[in-house]
Amino acid sequence: MTVSPALDRRFREAAAAAGLLDVAYDLTDSPVGMLLVATTDRGLCRISFDPIVDRATEDLARAFGTRVLRAAKPIDPVRRQLDEYFDSKRTQFELPLDLRGAAPFSRQVLRRLARVPYGQVTTYGALAREAERPQAARAVGTVMNRNPIPIVLPCHRVVGANGSLVGYAGGLERKELLLKLEGAIDNTLL
Amino acid sequence: MALMRMPPPFETFYEENRDAVLRELRRLLGAQAAEDAYQETFLRALRAYGKLRHSDNLRAWVLTIARRVAVDQLRRRETSPPVAEPAVDKRPAYAELGELATELPRKERAAVVLRYGYDLSYATIGAALGSSEEAARQAASSGVRRLRRRMQ
Repeated sequence: MTVSPALDRRFREAAAAAGLLDVAYDLTDSPVGMLLVATTDRGLCRISFDPIVDRATEDLARAFGTRVLRAAKPIDPVRRQLDEYFDSKRTQFELPLDLRGAAPFSRQVLRRLARVPYGQVTTYGALAREAERPQAARAVGTVMNRNPIPIVLPCHRVVGANGSLVGYAGGLERKELLLKLEGAIDNTLL
Repeated sequence: MALMRMPPPFETFYEENRDAVLRELRRLLGAQAAEDAYQETFLRALRAYGKLRHSDNLRAWVLTIARRVAVDQLRRRETSPPVAEPAVDKRPAYAELGELATELPRKERAAVVLRYGYDLSYATIGAALGSSEEAARQAASSGVRRLRRRMQ
């Protein structure tokens, strides 16, 4: 005897509607592959490439609380804006973010990163200078590598001083694809 | 330090226990009512889950919640007698028995209905009523005696 999809969905919706979740998440398809998207009551808190769901939910539970449940509805606004972005109908995300999981320095760098405009690139060193830690280009690289909300926080727009793409936690092909989508790829010396 | 281990993400807990919870609720309430109780059970579990600081016996924990929800629902059925009766022959045995037993004290009535209407074991009834197997047996038998006396 198994739980019917309708009964299952009804519970998930009720749980989200009752405000009982620390984190709601869902999977959503995109041109850069399957994404796991997670939100708290404060905002978007995670986007993961190639998600291993069990591992992702455990990370989320550690960071935000154990009441982590898959539920479609809380994710809908994010899904909609991502679709628009990938359809080139959106150049800026309008979503509240929850960066509680990040350390203070990371948060500061990620907030700077959020202001790098669509279709443009910056460098690790420039972000370090903006964060008033000019020596910290490498640390900025680490922050980019651990960016909890890629795409929306555009770490794909951060490249090396010589214009090379350098690296991307989601894989260089994805970085290239996102920059091409934004028409930024010509600005780099590939 | 197994005792101090945090419970798994609710999603994992839910996936591992939902079928067992539904099975138990159907046994106690029938297929229809089990669906409402299912939702209520997991909402109650979710409410308490954030404060759990262990991951021991989560199956037993959630089944206890399910039984409490089932008992609450049976009590609600008792306190709101049906106004318009459906055709008698379509009603399940527990409904008829429940009506017959309306005048019994609450605990006796629950025991009689769960035992003879749902065919549950005294151990399960005891767990559902928050008492022992022996107490459930006594409540059911004194309920039956009372019913007999009344029908004479």
